[in-house]
Amino acid sequence: MKDMSRATFFKLTGVALALTVIGSLIMVNINWMGLDGSTEKGTIETLLNVTIVLSTFVFSVVMTMLVYAVWKYRAKPGDESDGEPIHGNTKLEIIWTVVPTLIVVGLGVYSTIALNDIEAEAADSMEVDVTAQQFAWRFDYPEQGVTSNELHVPVGTQLDLHLTALDVLHSFWVPEWGIKRDLVPGSDLPGGDDIDNTVRVTPDVEGRYSVVCTELCGWGHATMRAAAVVESPDEFDAWAADQEKIPKDNVSTGAAGGNGAGVYNDQVTK
Amino acid sequence: MVATLKAPGQPRAILGLILGAAFGFGLVVTLRAISGLEIFQTEQTGYPHIIVPAVTGPIGYLLGLGAFDYWFRWAAGAPTIPDDHSQHGAKSWKDYFKFNTDHKVIGIQYICTTFIFFLMGGLMAMLVRAELAQPGTQIIDPGLYNGLFSTHAAFMIFLFVIPVFAGLANYVLPLMIGAPDMAFPRLNALSFWMLPMAGLLFLGSYLAPGGTFDAGWTGYAPLSTGAPLGQSFFNLGVQFAGASSVATALNFLVTIVTMRAPGMNFWRMPLLVWANLSTSLLVVGATPFVAGVQFMVLFDRALGTNFFQAAAGGDVISYQHIFWFYSHPAVYIMMLPGFGIVSEVISTHARKTIFGYRLMALALLGIVVLAFAVWAHHMFVSGMFAWLRVPMMITTLLIAVPTGIKIFSWIGTLFDSKLHIENTSMLFSLGFLVTFVVGGISGVMLGMIPLDIHVSDTYFVVAHLHFVLFGGSVFTIFAGLYHWFPKMTGRMYDERLGRYHFYGTLVGMLGTFLPMHWVGLEGMPRRVADYAAQFGDWNLVMSIFSFILGAAQLIFIYNMVVSWRYGPKAGPNPWRAKTIEWQVSSPPPVFNFDEIPRVVGGPYEFGVPGARHAIMHGEEEGAEVTTPEPAVVGAAGGGGGSGGSK
Repeated sequence: MKDMSRATFFKLTGVALALTVIGSLIMVNINWMGLDGSTEKGTIETLLNVTIVLSTFVFSVVMTMLVYAVWKYRAKPGDESDGEPIHGNTKLEIIWTVVPTLIVVGLGVYSTIALNDIEAEAADSMEVDVTAQQFAWRFDYPEQGVTSNELHVPVGTQLDLHLTALDVLHSFWVPEWGIKRDLVPGSDLPGGDDIDNTVRVTPDVEGRYSVVCTELCGWGHATMRAAAVVESPDEFDAWAADQEKIPKDNVSTGAAGGNGAGVYNDQVTK
Repeated sequence: MVATLKAPGQPRAILGLILGAAFGFGLVVTLRAISGLEIFQTEQTGYPHIIVPAVTGPIGYLLGLGAFDYWFRWAAGAPTIPDDHSQHGAKSWKDYFKFNTDHKVIGIQYICTTFIFFLMGGLMAMLVRAELAQPGTQIIDPGLYNGLFSTHAAFMIFLFVIPVFAGLANYVLPLMIGAPDMAFPRLNALSFWMLPMAGLLFLGSYLAPGGTFDAGWTGYAPLSTGAPLGQSFFNLGVQFAGASSVATALNFLVTIVTMRAPGMNFWRMPLLVWANLSTSLLVVGATPFVAGVQFMVLFDRALGTNFFQAAAGGDVISYQHIFWFYSHPAVYIMMLPGFGIVSEVISTHARKTIFGYRLMALALLGIVVLAFAVWAHHMFVSGMFAWLRVPMMITTLLIAVPTGIKIFSWIGTLFDSKLHIENTSMLFSLGFLVTFVVGGISGVMLGMIPLDIHVSDTYFVVAHLHFVLFGGSVFTIFAGLYHWFPKMTGRMYDERLGRYHFYGTLVGMLGTFLPMHWVGLEGMPRRVADYAAQFGDWNLVMSIFSFILGAAQLIFIYNMVVSWRYGPKAGPNPWRAKTIEWQVSSPPPVFNFDEIPRVVGGPYEFGVPGARHAIMHGEEEGAEVTTPEPAVVGAAGGGGGSGGSK
């Protein structure tokens, strides 16, 4: 960097900034996360886009410097001389300590705000008790007094999901909703008070999705799926009226994993 | 025959293995018979008549090999066999199968053994990718699939990346600091020989009823506490690998602190030494936790304890806390030695002193401190105590700062350098800079809680971890192997084949792991034997590139094997490097130095006229006077002139 002229410095800065702008424009316009099917996922997507722009900036700066250095300072064949004995530059070292610190602290603050945002409790919500076991899901609706193996929800209503597992760890995820949380055995027992087993999500696009298990739970893990249906409140009420009442004995016998293709063809129709 | 079985060595070791296993088996059978229990208990979490021999067998092997002979004689007050150093050095390939206390022999033993484990782990990964090439189940049933990715990870982490770095450092580090050997040579040999035991246990699990361990390398309870017998083999294998790792780390710490050559103060240590000092601190602090938690799982399985049984008052989530309290630092255990290697390679092959040497060393220590305060970022969606998330996110994001300092300093080193891009180890270091930056960026994304909620346990995580462990650790391992190959073997490798290997590996790596980001963000969970049809195309692409990646490694093996035997002689210092290991012959003499060198300056004083790092035996005195300290910019020694380069 000793012999780098101001002109070179500005040229390289220009290249890095141009790469940042072009890269960001392309990356931000790609729909990385699929359908945005809940208010929470919108917040996450905005956060992703901001992170992509900052990441593209960092990546462009590093790659511009790296490629320039490799191109400019390649030794000619047979050149056995040494480079310039430059041991460091305090000003530069302070810059590349402080600037990344500011970037990551900024991202941390923004993430905290976004987290509070997606976990905010709405005034009105609907409770669903989700129970997982190898390799099946059960959804109980205490307000409606019904139970089902499909998750049906009225569009635009915040769901208050209470999660528990009967055997091993499972994890609740609907990719289109962006929200995920493990189901922990014992979270419904007296000793499970410290387990944070409530997660909120507000689906806002009608459609048919999949509840996907994302915590390894045994041989049937890959096919442990259930339908998640977001429908109009009227359709939901009609559906709920049709379902089985919650039995006194709260333990269901889950179906085995079953045939993979069947599960997917059935549920990934969105 | 009897004499062969009496002397330490492989025949006695195998006899020891059999006798040890028989002893364990007999003990269980006898005790159970006396207690009036069913003699063979075959619940899937039980099988004491197999678990106990799985411990006593390997210990019998180590006893037979002679790992404890000297200590036992000494402890018993018997005359110890005078150490005539006959077991130093290796005269033929057979010597590598003996209990050898020479750090250079142990280094090669480590590298060759771990590389075999690397190939096995790679084959498992290719089977996994073959199954994933298309949606649906084609060649592997879901149970075996879970076993394959679990053993793939266990091999790569516990039997390749962590120990191969220990092996490289074993060979190079004592030479670098001017020491005749490691501080505890017998412990060093024992550390190595515990590794094949771990490998035997991991592999042996495939023979267990119910198949190999299949709860992932993370082995989360309660899936692991209820899993078939193979899981117990994992619990025990981790004990051997972990004990090996801790003993080696202690050895490095004592060696680095007490055995540096005169004049080598901390600010004159090569960054590889700094990196292994930092790594060893992490290992000593963290590895006992994984050993402990695997014992807790084993006790839950076999002894009826209830650490992780929710129904019996156990705490399921505490497994994850203890596990990640080791396994996050383990990420840096697998990366810091690579940072050290890259520093050596870049400085040497760019003919340039490291930019900001002191900040580079301090950044390593910064990572060590922060590494212990970030573990719960693996648990943002686990249902753990919610308040813990934000502090752990902040520490996680901050770890990008010392890491960034290192990246910028390496690139700073390249400016105004004479960069030898034709060199394979340099290519791998440059490749590392690109792939590791990608892995670092996705790491920051994963550290941000709202993003992690969406991508946790998806292929995005698989992409990230392979960019840091393959693009990071494995690239630096290759850089190190190429860089020190001439030192270890005394011969040069083929640079052209090295370049083919590099480009094959880079292309294979990017094609395999880059699309994983996309399918992960879009909704493909990890650890699945089967997936939705929408991800089929990308998975086929990834599988094809993974086979290119695998094939590229054949070039490496060919290059190494043929060059070791037929390569042109390397001479002591083919790279014209400054650090001490290059000032002795290749391979170095059995006891490294005729006389301990004196260190008189920094390790990377390229381009400083008259600068020396160390004065070797028989060289002129007085060069010392004119050599500058590393931090003094450009105060190159005028006058003197006696310290001209070799």
